[in-house]
Amino acid sequence: MQPEPSHAALQARFHAALWQPDPPRGLAAVAQDELAQRFAVYRNNVQHSLTRALAARFPVVEQIVGAAFFTAMARVFIAASPPADPVMLRWGGVLPAFLDGFPPAAQLPYLGDVARLEYARGRACHAADAPSVAPEALNVPGLEDLRLRLHPSVHLFASPHPAVQIWQAHQPGSTRAPLRAGPNHAVIARAPDFAVVVEPVDAASFAVLSMLSKGATLGHAASQADPTPALTLLLRYGLISDALTGDIQ
Amino acid sequence: MSTKHLALPLAASLATALTLAGAHAHAQSATMEKCYGISLAGENDCAAGPGTTCAGTSTVDYQGNAWTLVATGTCTEIELPEMADGTARVGSLDEIDRDLPPA
Repeated sequence: MQPEPSHAALQARFHAALWQPDPPRGLAAVAQDELAQRFAVYRNNVQHSLTRALAARFPVVEQIVGAAFFTAMARVFIAASPPADPVMLRWGGVLPAFLDGFPPAAQLPYLGDVARLEYARGRACHAADAPSVAPEALNVPGLEDLRLRLHPSVHLFASPHPAVQIWQAHQPGSTRAPLRAGPNHAVIARAPDFAVVVEPVDAASFAVLSMLSKGATLGHAASQADPTPALTLLLRYGLISDALTGDIQ
Repeated sequence: MSTKHLALPLAASLATALTLAGAHAHAQSATMEKCYGISLAGENDCAAGPGTTCAGTSTVDYQGNAWTLVATGTCTEIELPEMADGTARVGSLDEIDRDLPPA
């Protein structure tokens, strides 16, 4: 008798059956006619815990569509994109694209971008550690030739929809402000106290930040627009990991 | 426009940014701090080892380069089992050189 291979085989069948309508072969129940019903408990537990994990990651999406819609949507999403590895923080990255193409959500064209914002917050929260330079590190001669290395948690978010305003309106304690149509930009990052910040920026500052993140010199980035708001934001949240003269490797 | 012409406005811009950022500096949290060497394997908040830059990646109990956020001032008082050789094991506010996974 070789229990190991047969146990492994049963586990594999068990796992596969969690995603199919029928219980796996090789199971026994006290009353055999209850087997399908008892196995459904496992299937429901998996569905339910994944749905709640998704809702924990995308709370504003759930608020917007409501719990009933979210649960039904999650069932379709989970079937199409179950977690690919055991680290749950990496799961859900394709939900935004899924929502963009999900016909029942077609009248909410901004929903995918709200999900992108929420996923970016999670990535920022779990980004690699990096030191913040002291603000004085920027106070050097040859300022215009300085290149900044931004903190690994920095994500520059852009949406053709007012996705940042919509996300903000769904935060605890937010007051209802009228939505302004048009694109939204924001910096999503992790501050030194591990708070994840979502700071709206205008299109001009977004352009400056985009250039800085690609390694442009301060002088070059400043030729796009006034860099003051971008620098203020980066300094306020300690988002500059290094300031270098010459080329970033 | 040459960069020469930009130098002055850029310096002024930085000065303004430093002032504004300083006035609203996002204060380091006074209530939590990183404590190294206290997490059970896989339960760290974040680890600093090569290739393991994120949460849940420590592979050894009490790994010295993995940390967990704890209430400020409690890091070195957390009770940990002693080391195999009988010496006391304590948490540290900096990365430490014990309980590292085999290279």
